[in-house]
Amino acid sequence: MSSLELTINGKRYALDVPESRTLAHFLRHDAGLTGTKIGCEEAECGICTVLVDGTPVDSCIYPAFKARGRSITTVEGLAQDGHLHPIQRQFVRHGAVQCGFCTPGLMMTATALLEENPDPSDADIKEALKDTFCRCTGYTSVLHAIQSAGRELRGLEPLPVNDPEVVEPLKVISRSVPPQEVYAKVTGAARYTDDYHFPGMLYARTLRSPHAHARIIRIDTAAARALPGVQAVLTHEDVPGENLHGLVYRDWPVLCHDVVRYAGDAVAIVAADSEDTAAAALHLIQVEYELLPVVADPKFAHTPQAPVLHPNHPTGNLLKHIKVRHGDVERGFAEADVIVEREYTTPTTEHAFLEPECAIGIPAGYAEHEKLTVYVGSQIPYQDRNQIARSMNLPEEAVRVIGTLIGGGFGGKEDIAGQIHVALLATVTGRPVKMLYTRQESLIFHPKRHATIIRIKTGATREGKLTAVEAELYGDGGAYASLSDKVMTRATTHATGPYEVPHARIDCYAMYTNNVPSGAFRGFGVTQSAFAVEQNMDLLAQALNLDPLEFRLLNAQKVGVTTATGQLLRESVGLIETLEDVRQDLHAHFQQPQITWGWREGTKAYGWGIACAYKNTGLGGGAPDRSEAEIEAFEDGSIEVRTAAADMGQGIAHVVAQCAAEELHVAYDKVRVLLCDTDLTPNGGPTTASRQTFMTGNAARRAAIALREALTQSAAEMMDVPPQQIRYEEGLLRYNGHSVEVGKVVGWMKANGLAPRTRHEYHAPATQPLGSGGDMHFAFSYATQAALVEVDTETGETKVLKILSHRRGPALVTAAGPLQDARH
Amino acid sequence: MKLWNHYHTPASTAEALQLLRDYAGQARVIAGGTDLLVEMRAAGHAPQEALIDITGIPELTRIEATPEYILIGAGVTHTQLVKSPLLAGAATCLVESCGVVGGPQVRNVATLGGNVAHALPAGDGTTSLVALAAEAEIVKDGARAWLPVEKLFLGAGRSLLNPAQDLLLRFRFAPVAAGREATAFSRIMRPQGVALPIMGCAVWVQVTAGHFSAARISIAPIGPTPARATDVEAALSGQPATATTIEQAAALAQATLHPRTSKYRATADYRQEMIGVLLRRTLTAAIERI
Repeated sequence: MSSLELTINGKRYALDVPESRTLAHFLRHDAGLTGTKIGCEEAECGICTVLVDGTPVDSCIYPAFKARGRSITTVEGLAQDGHLHPIQRQFVRHGAVQCGFCTPGLMMTATALLEENPDPSDADIKEALKDTFCRCTGYTSVLHAIQSAGRELRGLEPLPVNDPEVVEPLKVISRSVPPQEVYAKVTGAARYTDDYHFPGMLYARTLRSPHAHARIIRIDTAAARALPGVQAVLTHEDVPGENLHGLVYRDWPVLCHDVVRYAGDAVAIVAADSEDTAAAALHLIQVEYELLPVVADPKFAHTPQAPVLHPNHPTGNLLKHIKVRHGDVERGFAEADVIVEREYTTPTTEHAFLEPECAIGIPAGYAEHEKLTVYVGSQIPYQDRNQIARSMNLPEEAVRVIGTLIGGGFGGKEDIAGQIHVALLATVTGRPVKMLYTRQESLIFHPKRHATIIRIKTGATREGKLTAVEAELYGDGGAYASLSDKVMTRATTHATGPYEVPHARIDCYAMYTNNVPSGAFRGFGVTQSAFAVEQNMDLLAQALNLDPLEFRLLNAQKVGVTTATGQLLRESVGLIETLEDVRQDLHAHFQQPQITWGWREGTKAYGWGIACAYKNTGLGGGAPDRSEAEIEAFEDGSIEVRTAAADMGQGIAHVVAQCAAEELHVAYDKVRVLLCDTDLTPNGGPTTASRQTFMTGNAARRAAIALREALTQSAAEMMDVPPQQIRYEEGLLRYNGHSVEVGKVVGWMKANGLAPRTRHEYHAPATQPLGSGGDMHFAFSYATQAALVEVDTETGETKVLKILSHRRGPALVTAAGPLQDARH
Repeated sequence: MKLWNHYHTPASTAEALQLLRDYAGQARVIAGGTDLLVEMRAAGHAPQEALIDITGIPELTRIEATPEYILIGAGVTHTQLVKSPLLAGAATCLVESCGVVGGPQVRNVATLGGNVAHALPAGDGTTSLVALAAEAEIVKDGARAWLPVEKLFLGAGRSLLNPAQDLLLRFRFAPVAAGREATAFSRIMRPQGVALPIMGCAVWVQVTAGHFSAARISIAPIGPTPARATDVEAALSGQPATATTIEQAAALAQATLHPRTSKYRATADYRQEMIGVLLRRTLTAAIERI
């Protein structure tokens, strides 16, 4: 321990700390300023950026003692005397804050830029942000926010905000309101799991298999347990309940016992007094492995030579064969004048959410925690609870999962990460236990977007009408099922693209391999098949000498079309409109009603590309799809909505609050939202499948309508007037010149033994399983994008210069970020 | 995870050397740390007993000009180099190469000395220093000496300097004579991901009466250590400073230099082809500056 004296946000600090501290750790752990986040610890992502004497640096690899005597500015130092800094104000205004985890880094980098250059060009901003990542926004709103802040600093009007079209007569929905918690996110007060600290807390690490496939002969933890500071070393023998978890198939060991199936499989866990001791203990655990042959390729996995990875699975390495049969494919190809057949491969893709996985387990009886409690930023808290309870051999009610803010998920935080491990360690040690993954561990461990091999054959007539699609997809599911079944089903059912295809035969093989597991990731399988479908569409258009946009228009799904799964589209099919919007934008770009798809200038080649996509909303396929919300009014006139729907930056809290405010006719800022506490919030279902705005939005809306009715009834009693004549206006209930505040009605209800609280469980319209020919989904959204790409023909370097994008469906929230990022 | 136990910020070279002696091999010199600390974290070894940070030594953090030389302290950051009015014309290639290293946060702490001491075969700053025929002042086994920058490189990641004992102090090179000499740097990167150049190229040219009178060409990485393309330099000498000559030089470079396939960079075939493209672009940029 040595004394470190420096200034942080204008305040002098002199703290005795180990010389081994990085500046980021010093700020977070010693100075208690957790606004600075750590994303990679290797100077790549930049979200840990702070200013040292005004200069932005990556605090994750900046030794704290290098900063001795210097002046540090962190996100907590931006606001002065309770007034937001222009950069904070403009980040809020432009919707440049989503999950909020990168926001401090972006704002610090931008602040330094504006200090040096208050009038930066877009190119200056992009250069400054080169190594400051954001995974939610797609940067457009960030760029606008920084430009606006610069303008504000120069005494000019900030740039206008692109508000969505206001839908009358709505009063709150469709209008510009700040997202919930946005002020906490721009001031550094927002707390993600790693920002929580409990007295006596231990730090946990996981020993992972270095081998892709091996038999465990022996695990010896004696030396690790003997290390001073180590409080527990656990293996499969210590799992009191089921040593398996999984969202669809329970095939994933909590801690491996006989075999490891991928390089990253968890073998043992350690809890110790410090992170360093926990890390050191991992090196002392001896595991003897017998290497087994590796299945690295999904096609090989499907051969008789491949070792069977899950002997209990009835179809061997074939996790699932998914089929779509529609019409008569042979006839379809016989009718075609042109047939294109290609094989495409898509790679495994990492979500790269900026917050690595973190979970904290609290033993039952610790402080105010009556139950075994797990704090975690998870997309599906009720499923977490279920899986923790099974493995802990406890009833579900004995476990509480509290959702913290989530620093990005994108599908990658649906499966169990450290939740069960910290529950185990907390129970064994009787102390709170935090398990934070390093970036490397996060990359190695969590399920990715499936790598696929897609062979697809598409036929069309001379006139440009599609006649048939035949496709075979191989999805690399990796070592465990995760959501492979569902994801690859989506890839299969969407493999005709959003087009009218009279005949289709699609076979998909979701395979077990010894690669990292694959699971949910934005687009949920559709991304992969859309890539193959759209490539073939371009090849067909070329062969038929048709304009690629017109060719898509000719075949676009519309009302009256039956999809390959047998679903008759009866309403709300927006593809043609999106194509026409993009066509209009392209005409505007070329300043004439003609599109040049490709050209050359010197050594550069340029081309516009176009692609369409559609994607279901909701779970579909006959799965029960429900969400429940509870709403309560308080005597101060405020409203609280409670539901376990996860907000990972997409803004569900914002949507839910808008829905409640709209139906209750109260101001948006009177509504607060409590998300994801399995003891306090009803189940909103999984935050996946683009379902929450529709599902939990509807649940909140209907709960609010019920509450409004209850309030009206009570107000009618209070004022002794007929309830149907009571009108709502800005938090007041009015009748003929008389009015009473919502809070007063709440007081009256409580005094009369009535609860100002309602609940609604919303059930999605029924869907049918694949193969039944009915409605597999209750809704689809449609999108068309065009991209301008530059290719350096000497070096092969490519650049995307411009993207035009349109999709159908009114925007409920003002933040354009989710739409812009969906382009990635 | 703890990477070091003690952190020292000596105020003079003498103090730094004394600390290194005191720790008797248990300390290691650090400058910006953007490579070193990432590497230490990835290696997962036991913590280093001490790190000796040389960036607080005034002598090592200055850029100076004498009539003969430009002098750059080993602890000068990439940002300092890029913003230096002294270097803009006198060592354009160095400014260009240091300006594309990492992102702004890295450039604000990463040093030219670290770039060289780390002995990576294709540090962008190194590539330019080689084209500038720069020399490095070092303290090796207790003795001060100036020697050509290339001599510090023993192999990929292997430096002549012992990081537990020796110090890299300064670089020096002759400034380019405006109107007669010029430099340029360019590189090819993967658009995303690995922050290693596929290939970088720095050139220094001297043009007399419309002809190349001298040239120095550094293309990296071709081998495990930075080296000059002396055959191509010789072929340029005496030839008219025209596009045709540059084309011939590019063809010669492409025919005589043989980069290998690197899974972090690109295939040998691609890199071979890029030698020509890069050299043509860089030489063209340089003569346009005369």
